[in-house]
Amino acid sequence: MAAKVRIPTPLRKLTNDEEVVEVNPGTIAGTIAELQARFPGIKERLLDENGGVRRFVNVYVNEEDIRFLQNQDTPVKDGDEISIIPAIAGG
Amino acid sequence: MEKRMQSNAGFMKALKCRECGREYPLAATHVCEFDFGPLEVVYDYALIKKSLTRATIESRPNTMWRYRELLPVAEDPTVGTQVGFTPLIKADRLAKALGIRELWIKNDAVNYPTLSFKDRVVSVALSRAKELGFTTVACASTGNLANSVAANAAAAGLKAYVFIPSDLEQGKIVNSLIYGAQVISIKGHYDEVNRLCAEIAGKYGWAFVNVNMRPYYAEGSKSMGFEIMEQLGWRLPQHTVVPMASGSLLTKIHKSYQEMSKLGLVTETPWHMHGAQATGCNPISQAQKAGLDFFKPVKPNTIAKSLAIGTPADGFYSLKVMKESHGHAEDVTDDEIRDAIKLLAECEGIFAETAGGVTVGVAKKLIASGKIPAKDSAVLCITGNGLKTLDAVMGHCGQPREIKPSLREFEALLAAEKQSPVNA
Repeated sequence: MAAKVRIPTPLRKLTNDEEVVEVNPGTIAGTIAELQARFPGIKERLLDENGGVRRFVNVYVNEEDIRFLQNQDTPVKDGDEISIIPAIAGG
Repeated sequence: MEKRMQSNAGFMKALKCRECGREYPLAATHVCEFDFGPLEVVYDYALIKKSLTRATIESRPNTMWRYRELLPVAEDPTVGTQVGFTPLIKADRLAKALGIRELWIKNDAVNYPTLSFKDRVVSVALSRAKELGFTTVACASTGNLANSVAANAAAAGLKAYVFIPSDLEQGKIVNSLIYGAQVISIKGHYDEVNRLCAEIAGKYGWAFVNVNMRPYYAEGSKSMGFEIMEQLGWRLPQHTVVPMASGSLLTKIHKSYQEMSKLGLVTETPWHMHGAQATGCNPISQAQKAGLDFFKPVKPNTIAKSLAIGTPADGFYSLKVMKESHGHAEDVTDDEIRDAIKLLAECEGIFAETAGGVTVGVAKKLIASGKIPAKDSAVLCITGNGLKTLDAVMGHCGQPREIKPSLREFEALLAAEKQSPVNA
């Protein structure tokens, strides 16, 4: 079993329209590196020039924002679900 | 469909990423594929300048659509044509209570048809959704938006799905159900509703007003600013206090001031945008007060549920606008919110929802601290109606006193009041 990443619509051109991609356990930083190896170009969409998650990108592990966890050091375990979501207007 | 949009885009030119400037066609899409930056409508201001004058505007009906050239629809609006042009009240009694020379209330608590400023954005989003051929509309909402989507969709014959956090006020739930909308209540707070809706919006071909329709939707808020300027006699206010949930309204009112200045419809004079939040959900005001240009998300816990967005999408731009316009942010506690709702009601006869309490409470603090100078003039934006959030003030505004239908009992009650006045 692996962890699952749900790919948002704006990034699906890079993943050949794959909506869900399986990745190895590790950390979010590792997940992003793995995605980049398989889908070149995806990393620069998610991270800014300083290596931080872009300000309009939200990353969730099992429905919790990684900014409430350990950011890119947040552990990713087998069976975890990762969502990448653009910020949304209110309310 | 693409071709039709290209050839008939009204006064719009394209969608453009606010971060990197890449342009996109005028479709139902909201984020840049390259950096996830929000897309914004670009207008042909040269063309607008030719047809939009004070006289033209004044000759049109008293609705938000009198500024039609600056709103993102290709043809005449078809949904919410009666929305807007709410009263701007000169609030002398409240001005005195808060210690400021001049104060105005822009009262969207009586906006048509669902008693909040959301009718402005929904009117634009649904008119545009119909132009783009959608038949089902949806939204993620803290309540007011759900009410407005439900009502306006019903009147336009569109199918509506509204997604809300399950802990909303009864008034806001009933106000969505009554129009026959599909109301989906999510066990979680608004940021979780939002996350789910982002995933749903990517999957179904619906017009999600604040997801894939957001570039159009958000522009509707500008009409509140246009009206303020016209109702002040075609001038810019010195200070504007705006409640912040996602922060979108604050940035769009700022934009409305910029556009009217640019088009020469008002003389450009300095203006200051101030943002109001609840202390129980204050990511933007916390960052502003700490002098930061980024915010840290929070988990909301406040009676101001319509402002309870812990990850505000326009937080970054709100901070930028406040910095550029030399404005300030502040936040108020639940007790301060209730007191401010009462103060507004008792001074001006306006019953605002909790967000209005936030705005008035914050204005009070900003005036007291001198951040809004007492010699100046300010406009407070009241965005929703108190009848929808009765739960928040129930038990905090006294009780009716019950007597038998007897003159003797009434006179006894008056005599007792004289000895110990109730409303001194």
